[in-house]
Formats: sequence, structure tokens, C-alpha cells
Amino acid sequence: MPTSIPKEELMAPGHTACHGCGATLAMRYVLKAMGQKTVVSVPASCWAVIPGAMPFRTLDVPMVYTPFAATGASISGLREGLDIQGKTDYNVVGFAGDGGTADIGLQGLSGAMERGHNVFYIMYDNEGYMNTGVQRSGSTPYGAKTTTTPVGKERDFKKENKKIVADMMIAQNVPYVATATIAYPEDLIRKIDHAKAVHGPKFIQILAPCPTGWYYPPEKTIEISRLAVQSRMFPLYEFIQGKFYLNKSFKPVDVSEYVKAQDRFKHLNDDEIDNLRKYVDERWNQLLEWEKIYSEQKE
Amino acid sequence: MKSVTEFKTIMTGNDAVAYGAKLARVKFISAYPITPQTTIVEKLASMIANDELDAKYVEVESEHSALAAVFASELTGVRSYTATSSHGLLYMHEMLHWVSGQRLPIVMSVVNRAIGPPWNIWADQSDTINQRDTGWMQVYSESNQEAMDTIIMGYKIAENSEVMLPLMSMEDAFILSHTSEPVTLRDQDLINEYLPDLDLKFRIDIGNPMGYGSYDTPDGTFMELKKDMVDSMKKAVRVIKDETEKFNQMFDTNYGGLVERYRMDDADYALIAMGTVASTARFVVDKLREKGLNIGLIRIRYFRPFPYDDILEDLKNIKAAGVIDRSVSFGYAGATYSEIVSALYGKINIPVSSFIVGIGGRDVRIEDIEKIADTVRNESSGVYWINVKKVI
Amino acid sequence: MVLVPVSTVSTRNHPTDSWRIQRPTIQYDKCIRCMICWKYCPDNAIEIENGDESAPNERIAKMEYPVINYSFCKGCGICANECPEKCIDMEFEVIE
Ligand SMILES: Cc1ncc(C[n+]2csc(CCOP(=O)(O)OP(=O)(O)O)c2C)c(N)n1
Ligand code: SF4
Ligand code: SF4
Ligand code: SF4
Ligand SMILES: [Mg+2]
Repeated sequence: MPTSIPKEELMAPGHTACHGCGATLAMRYVLKAMGQKTVVSVPASCWAVIPGAMPFRTLDVPMVYTPFAATGASISGLREGLDIQGKTDYNVVGFAGDGGTADIGLQGLSGAMERGHNVFYIMYDNEGYMNTGVQRSGSTPYGAKTTTTPVGKERDFKKENKKIVADMMIAQNVPYVATATIAYPEDLIRKIDHAKAVHGPKFIQILAPCPTGWYYPPEKTIEISRLAVQSRMFPLYEFIQGKFYLNKSFKPVDVSEYVKAQDRFKHLNDDEIDNLRKYVDERWNQLLEWEKIYSEQKE
Repeated sequence: MKSVTEFKTIMTGNDAVAYGAKLARVKFISAYPITPQTTIVEKLASMIANDELDAKYVEVESEHSALAAVFASELTGVRSYTATSSHGLLYMHEMLHWVSGQRLPIVMSVVNRAIGPPWNIWADQSDTINQRDTGWMQVYSESNQEAMDTIIMGYKIAENSEVMLPLMSMEDAFILSHTSEPVTLRDQDLINEYLPDLDLKFRIDIGNPMGYGSYDTPDGTFMELKKDMVDSMKKAVRVIKDETEKFNQMFDTNYGGLVERYRMDDADYALIAMGTVASTARFVVDKLREKGLNIGLIRIRYFRPFPYDDILEDLKNIKAAGVIDRSVSFGYAGATYSEIVSALYGKINIPVSSFIVGIGGRDVRIEDIEKIADTVRNESSGVYWINVKKVI
Repeated sequence: MVLVPVSTVSTRNHPTDSWRIQRPTIQYDKCIRCMICWKYCPDNAIEIENGDESAPNERIAKMEYPVINYSFCKGCGICANECPEKCIDMEFEVIE
């Protein structure tokens, strides 16, 4: 019987990710979509640790570990080095966390996308510096408690909204940009298939819930990923060669359902949840606006 | 005999270095502009644009990215090259370790320039001395010809299966980089004979998927990996000598191995210098010899691996030595001086002094070297800053 | 020869069963072979195998079915949580 996603597994079992790790599923799905002719570059992050210590590897494709800020440049060099040898059919994939993408690696990402290399940059977004013990990143959403935005006597949870790198990539006119999440692997894999048809830089931001850093029980990973879309906390879209498609086919739920499922938001009072609700509405309207602008442009 | 098409021309150090990279058949180049390095990669870009060089040139958005891109392309198995200076080199610091730790035989040109603040674009070796412990071999040239040939020899040495460490090849800012000198362009066929194509044994191969870098634990092989780099740095001493000799024979040159000696055979006193300061020192040696002082010069070519054995041999019969450094090491004496005294310690007991010269491009004059020689002759030991003004 | 930091041994040689506190068990007589559990397992600990006797009906008995590889299952509970038939039980491991 055919399965809804490819059967081929290029990520082995036996890795050392936490129970119920969403970032691991992101890699599993990405490699299913990419296939075996793929080289992956991973900076400092959970994913630099998930494969285990030397001499272990958990991917059945070459995986290059790089310094934290080096993802964008390393995929540039991999692409060009392979092309020089005629290996133009290899997929070159940067696979970096949100810290490695939204913060320390942003310049390298932007540079690599601007230079037009034929590469994929996958940002697995667990909304914080998880490998170093759950610190805030630019991609952490408003309201979240992290170890550097703690809630003690003072309510020092993160007060700033999430920096959305995919939006920045659209602003930079990267030929393929999409958001995805692990509850919808068929959607993610379809997006990668679309991206493969685009020659040039491709950027996909995958929301990857993290039980350890979002403080929820590990069996809820898929549920929370689904709620992120349904609550519109993490809208799914696709921007392909100047056209913008927003995914609206889901059963909407209130933001509070998403928030209440995770202890990183436990401290939020009704007013604060309302702030998130407003933010979500505003962003949704903005995305609807984009859909209009980009479709008009292309008519 | 084969017909050899070498020809002599006049060019700047940076152009010579670019021709060195071309002769070495580099396939991938990535860099970021910084004075006084920029004209190297401009030259290479124009060679590519004019079909003189079959390589890919990518200008990235920072030096960290330049070395990250070169790291990655080299790992796919293509000979890769970059060049930088000063702040660009400091910006690469993390990647320098990453390249050597992954055992990638990349060659990089560095035009030695001062580190700010205040901004200063002139000759000063503090930038590369700062990178002493990054696992890269370091060569300091004295002429444009040497700068060109060192790129070629550099790849041959770095890619040796016993070495597999990256190499930095230095030129002093402006004194070499932007000054024209006669240079012999080597015959490409002969270079091809000397330097075969890169054959990176562990290059990226989807048929043999591996993790490159990964992480390791205290009980794993981390310590052994680092020790192996030190061992390879030691083995490089022999390889450098052999490969330099081979080059000398093929191209009728006479480069020293790790050091170059001038009038040292019967010398009582020795000056030790690195880079273009050695040219001035050589002139002063001749001048003082005429006056009857038995003085000689040791020019350090390789700072890493450091020529400990050569130095011991050369200073065996010397009464006193002066070590000239064009770099600042805050808190102690000159960097080369520190190496020399540690080489001598417990074996040769002579007065050695440290001279700091030419910081931020300050001119190193004949009279400065004469003063240094004078101090050495008095068999004193100490740390001296030469040609500094009294400002406070 | 030099020592190069490359990792060559697949984690297929690195069991993670000792991480498991809760053990998932599939009730095959209720399982409809939708493979949702397989799809969402972050540890690749569910394998797809051919045919099985105990099945809700004959048609399903001929289909591929999910088999948990307990050498790698960490017991996260995602499979049980996502199973549409609620036919995966999670029970605490008993150390004998
Ligand atoms: C230059 C540098 N700074 C800091 C670190 C420490 N560090 C390693 S991983 C990490 C967090 C990574 O966060 P993210 O990119 O979001 O990936 P995650 O761990 O969340 O998967 C940090 C701060 C580092 N390795 N290198
Ligand atoms: S901390 Fe989060 S992202 Fe990192 S391995 Fe654990 S679950 Fe996965
Ligand atoms: S409990 Fe978790 S690890 Fe075990 S089979 Fe189910 S999903 Fe996989
Ligand atoms: S999810 Fe449940 S019903 Fe579907 S295959 Fe797995 S055990 Fe069977
Ligand atoms: Mg993160």
C-alpha cells in the first residue's frame, strides 16, 4: 500500500534527540523529499548533537558540521565545489536552527540567497536556543518563558514579537520561500518538490515543536504543531517565483488553545493572551494583503 | 631538455600571488575586499573574466563566510583559495580552526596589515602572529617572486598525506603587495609536474556518507585528533625541506627551507628577522661586515612549524643574537623572540634581545637596524622598541 | 596518514531502548494500517512489514502493518497520541 510520504529513510534510528523531538521529524521528512543525492550542512544547534558523538552518524547522506554562523556560506561553497565537478544533480541543503538562522547566521543566509546559489536553506524553528538550554532567540514568540526571559517575581517573559525569517526572505525576493510544520509532512514534502523545480536559492522555515524547551509532554509534539497552524500562530504559506499562496484550509482554533497546551506560556494572563490574539489577527490580515498584492502583480 | 616557457616580467606582490594561485590551478576562490589584499582577488576575478583561469570566483558578504565557503568547496575535493588581511583575518578566526581541525589543505594569502584601533592599513605582522595557534602553517616572504612561488609550494606541502594542514602565505603590506619587482612567471607544464591535482581522500561522497566534524567527548578521540595535528606540524618540517629543495631544482631557485641564512658561516653575532625587514637587515649586515663586524642574518620563512632545530644549529657558535619582530605581543617581548629563547633554553646560553620595529607600517630604516646590531654586539639582553617617538 | 574527524558508524548500531520509560503496544486486531504512527515517529522506531494474521478483517490482514522496533523506541507516546483508532497502549516498563 502506498504511504502518504515516501518510505525511504535517510535518517537512521538510534540518534540522541529528546523524546518526541520535532526537529528530528523535520530532518526525517526533508531527507525523504530530497532523496539520496543530497549533502547536508548543519551548524551548531541541537542537530549538531542529535547524530551522537564520534564515530556515529545518523544520516545516510554526507553531513558537514560547521560553525554557528557558517550555514549560508558553507552551502555556497558546497554547491560551487560540487558544480565544478559536474555534480549539479546533488541537492545541497543547509539545515539550521532558528538561532543559527534568525540571529547569528542571518547575514550569511541573506548573502547566500542574494548570490543565487542553487541551494536549499531549511530553518528548523524551535523558537529558541535549545541546544544551550532554552534561551530566547529572535524567533521566540511574544509571551514565551525561556531561561533568559524567566518568569520569577518579575514577569520577564519575552515581550517582543517573533522575527519571521521567511517574511524577510520574501522581502529579499528569494525565488522560493515557504513555511511548513511537522504535523503536515505531506505539505512539507510537496513544498520541497515545488522548490526542487526552482533553480536558485530556496528557503523553507519549518516550525518544529520542542517538548524540552516549550515545556509540554513529548507525545503532544504533533498536536501542538497542528494547533500552531489552526490558531494561526504559525501560518503556512508558499511564495514561488513571485506568487504567494496562503494556506486557509484548516479548522480554526483560538490562540488560547495553543497557548494553554504549553507551559512556556503558562504565566500569561488574559490580557497578555489577548495581545497574542491581536498580533495573530494583524499578521493574518497582512498575509491576506500580500496574497492580494502578489496575485495582482502576477495577473 | 623540455622546452620551458618561463618569462620575466615586472609586477606587484599581489599580482604575483594571483599568478601563483593561477599556476597552482585553484578551482574555487572566495574572498571579501580589504586593503591591501583586495588587488589579489581583483586580479584573479579578471583572469577568470578573461578566460585565463578556469575557476569559480565568489565574493561573499564577510571573511567568515569567505573561509566557510572555501572550507566547504575544499571538502567536496576541489582546490580552493582565499586571501585576506588584518581585520578580515581576525574575523576568520573561528573558521581558521575549523579548516585545520578538519584537515583541509587550503592555502590562503595574507597581506600583513596592522590591527586597529586606530585604523591603519600599513605593514605589521600582528594579524598573523595573532593566529599562531590555529593549526595553520605560516610562511613569510621577502620578495614578490617568493610570494608567488610560496603559493605553489604551499599547496604541495599542505596536501602532503603526512601533513594535511592549511597554510598561510604572507606578504608585508605595500612593501610587497603594491610594489613592483621583477618576477619570473613559471612554466605551467613544469608546475603541473611539480604539483599534481588535489586528491582529497575523505572528500564528500554520497556513496560513502560520513559526518564531517561531529562532536567528541573527553573519552573519545578529541585529544588524539589535536595531538595528530601537532605531530603533522612536526612532520611538515621534513616535507617543507624536501619540497622546497625539489622546487629549487626544478625552477633553479634557492629558497631556504624553514629559514634562510646570510653570512652566518663565520658569524659571531646574529640578527633574526621575518618578512621584508630582512632585506634591510641584509644590507646592514654587508655594511657592518665591511667595518669588520662578524655578523650574519637568519631570515625565518616558516613561523609554523617553527624551525627549532635550525635555530639551535645556527646559533651554536654565536655570541649574541637579536630578534626583530614586526608585531606586538601584549605583555611580553616579540613573538619570534619568545620562540627563539624557548628553542635555546637549556641548550645554548647566549644573550638574546627582542626588538620591536615597524609597528603600523613605521619605516624600518638602515639606522634602526644598525642600532639593533650595536645592541646585539654589546651582548645585552632586553626588550627594545625601535624608532618610537616620545609622546607622553 | 593523518587523523581526520569523520563519523562513519550508523546509529543503527546505537540502540536507545534504555531511554524508554513507557512502552507502546499496538493492538493489531483494532489497527487499520493507516501508518500514521509510522509517519510521526521521530525515532524511526516503527517499521513497515508485510501481512499479519490478527487484523480487524481479512482485507486489512493482507495489508502492510506497523511493527515497533523496541531497540530504538524511546517511548515518547506520539504514536499512541496520534493513532486514529486509539489502538496503541502506553504502559510503564517493568524492570524485572
Ligand atoms: C559562535 C558561537 N556562539 C555560541 C555558540 C553556542 N551555541 C551552540 S548551539 C546554540 C544554540 C542554537 O540555537 P538554534 O540555532 O536555535 O538551534 P537549536 O539548538 O535550538 O536546535 C548556541 C548558542 C556556538 N556554538 N558558537
Ligand atoms: S531540545 Fe528540543 S529540539 Fe533539541 S533535541 Fe530536545 S526536543 Fe529536539
Ligand atoms: S513511542 Fe515514540 S519512539 Fe516509540 S514508537 Fe511511538 S512514536 Fe516512536
Ligand atoms: S496509527 Fe494506529 S491504526 Fe494507524 S497503523 Fe498505527 S497503530 Fe494502526
Ligand atoms: Mg532553536
